[in-house]
Amino acid sequence: MSFPWANHYTPSHPVMKWMDEKLPLPRLVYNAVGAGYPVPRNLNYMWNFGVLAGFCLMLQIVTGVILAMHYAANAGVAFASTEHIMRDVNWGWMLRYAHANGASAFFVVVYLHIFRGFYFGSYKAPREMIWLLGVVIFLLMMATAFMGYVLPWGQMSFWGAKVITGLFGAIPVVGEPIQQWLLGGFAPDNAALNRFFSLHFLLPFVIAGVVILHIWALHIPGSSNPTGVEVKSESDTVPFHPYYTAKDGFGLGVFLLIYCAFLFFMPNQLGHPDNYIPANPLSTPAHIVPEWYFWPFYAILRAFTFDIFFIPAKLMGVLAMFSAILVWFFLPWLDNSPVRSGHYRPMFKKFFWILVIDMAVLFYCGGAPAEEPFVMMSQIATAYYFLHFLVVLPLVALMEKPKPLPFSITEAVLGSDDAAKLAAKS
Amino acid sequence: MNRLIASVAVGLFFVLSVLAAFVSGAYTAITEPAQETVEHAFHKTPKELHLASDGPFGRFDKQQLQRGFQVYSEVCSACHSLKYVAFRDLEQLGYNEAEVKAIAASKQVPGVDPNTGEANTRPGLPTDYFPSPYPNDIAARAANNNAVPPDLSLMTKARHEGPAYVYSLLTGFTNQPKALLERFPDAKTPEGLHYNPYFANLNLAMAPPLTDGQVTFADGSPSTVDAMSKDVAAFLVWTAEPSLDKRKQTGWPVLGFLLFATVLSYLAYRNIWAEKKAKH
Repeated sequence: MSFPWANHYTPSHPVMKWMDEKLPLPRLVYNAVGAGYPVPRNLNYMWNFGVLAGFCLMLQIVTGVILAMHYAANAGVAFASTEHIMRDVNWGWMLRYAHANGASAFFVVVYLHIFRGFYFGSYKAPREMIWLLGVVIFLLMMATAFMGYVLPWGQMSFWGAKVITGLFGAIPVVGEPIQQWLLGGFAPDNAALNRFFSLHFLLPFVIAGVVILHIWALHIPGSSNPTGVEVKSESDTVPFHPYYTAKDGFGLGVFLLIYCAFLFFMPNQLGHPDNYIPANPLSTPAHIVPEWYFWPFYAILRAFTFDIFFIPAKLMGVLAMFSAILVWFFLPWLDNSPVRSGHYRPMFKKFFWILVIDMAVLFYCGGAPAEEPFVMMSQIATAYYFLHFLVVLPLVALMEKPKPLPFSITEAVLGSDDAAKLAAKS
Repeated sequence: MNRLIASVAVGLFFVLSVLAAFVSGAYTAITEPAQETVEHAFHKTPKELHLASDGPFGRFDKQQLQRGFQVYSEVCSACHSLKYVAFRDLEQLGYNEAEVKAIAASKQVPGVDPNTGEANTRPGLPTDYFPSPYPNDIAARAANNNAVPPDLSLMTKARHEGPAYVYSLLTGFTNQPKALLERFPDAKTPEGLHYNPYFANLNLAMAPPLTDGQVTFADGSPSTVDAMSKDVAAFLVWTAEPSLDKRKQTGWPVLGFLLFATVLSYLAYRNIWAEKKAKH
């Protein structure tokens, strides 16, 4: 779908005409991310992160495929083969650091993309499907990143794998058989490493597939925008190319500057030193922590330290950790306010920023050792997290009095809209 | 309305169970305050250490790396392996081909007798990796009071503040403070271990390895424990990441190009959007 005023693809070169008849791939690109896709003219920089996330996915696939040419997924040599990449493969150190920091960059970008959605109500009708597919992508990313971290077979790889697969052991009755089935043994070993490598190679392509669905679903209603007011006329939009290709080009430049600063000057800043120690099943690290992008959810997992009737604390933690993400699937129906953008929702806006602070506290506690006061801090923060999504959002939608919305995107940008004057006259 | 009741109920379920955990945790914290541990009270974070390779402009000081290598060869290598480093890598420290061959040949590496096929040892070649001082972990454990001396190749990347940690550990051996034994009478360093406040659990199987004047440096540098420890730390930064110089050398042109490209793309963006922006 597109707006009636969208540019039409009209190839002039004979080769392109021939191509358009046989396989209209250029037409598809033209309509998807070219001049044929009209986009609201008022998108701010928070709308750069979708393209950047797509870039990160491609970066991870390219660097990952090359790394897989040199890596050996065998528990006996995995650690040494990683060092072989770092020392003996031409530019191997750059590829590996690009891939490891690329994962972090991907999560930074995706978290910003998700919080953009939270604030501007991008999940609301008619864009629920885009949001649902986005949450699926996020879950797939988490699984992929977790399995990728296991591959170097360092101490955190091994113990991370043990802790995360141990979560399935918390399921009553069938938990332990499931855990052993997932690992192919009683503890992470060669069988687990091999299947994690296989899945780590497969899942990015599954993500790419869901990304295509995500973009397809996006093109049906078109992009949302900071006012949350839907597109009304041609003056509300600009063609994606050259307007947003240019803006995304600038965004990509800024992103690459920050990313390369990490890659070349502090490539181990976001990693844990223990992963440069080869995996040793007989020596437990003092503090087992996952990669930083899992910290908020790791804090929620560890916040449940008290058995609730017949539910053991560990199972409660696992339930809560998964629910913390699954609740996002219900977001379009939890927040019933007809106004999308947080700009026009004074009460929602305050709670949004409390959620941001709350996530920061969870992040901090997730990286800290499981001691007081961090556990108590994460308990309060976890309570607010669930309160926010399941209680605050539905109630705010009922009670809040939103500010008046602009007539149109054009009016929001230019201060007046000819279409609005016409509507007022008639 | 049903939807609202359902979501509030689910929300309160999670909120109340985590608050129950909070209350029980708070009760425990008040009734049984956590005991201060000896590690928490007496463990020290590493001393400050500045090396030539620090920072975005830092480069290896090859003289220092050679000195560090000498200390490793003459002292550390008696117990610690360096298994990810090959003799050929030493050319990066400024040794020429003949010197590398001589260094390699001075070490015995595991080999096979070409006539009988029996395992033996032979002089090393530049393509060989540094040999391990022990045939296996069991032998290493047996010779070292039940502690395996860790491989040093990646040591400076495998500890928080790695280079400073190595330097602090080597210079940090001391007698147990009196205050420690007064507060924690049970925490006396066991027989065969050595007190070192920079080690995670304070008691280390390694005896103080360095003494003043132990090594004679060809360049006449002082061989105090402090100086040798710095040199070894610098050398181990290199063994952990031989590509460090190349990485930083590559980084600057990359950042320069990206900055230039980003400025251009910003100007292109402003130019393309000039007519669409609100004019105030």
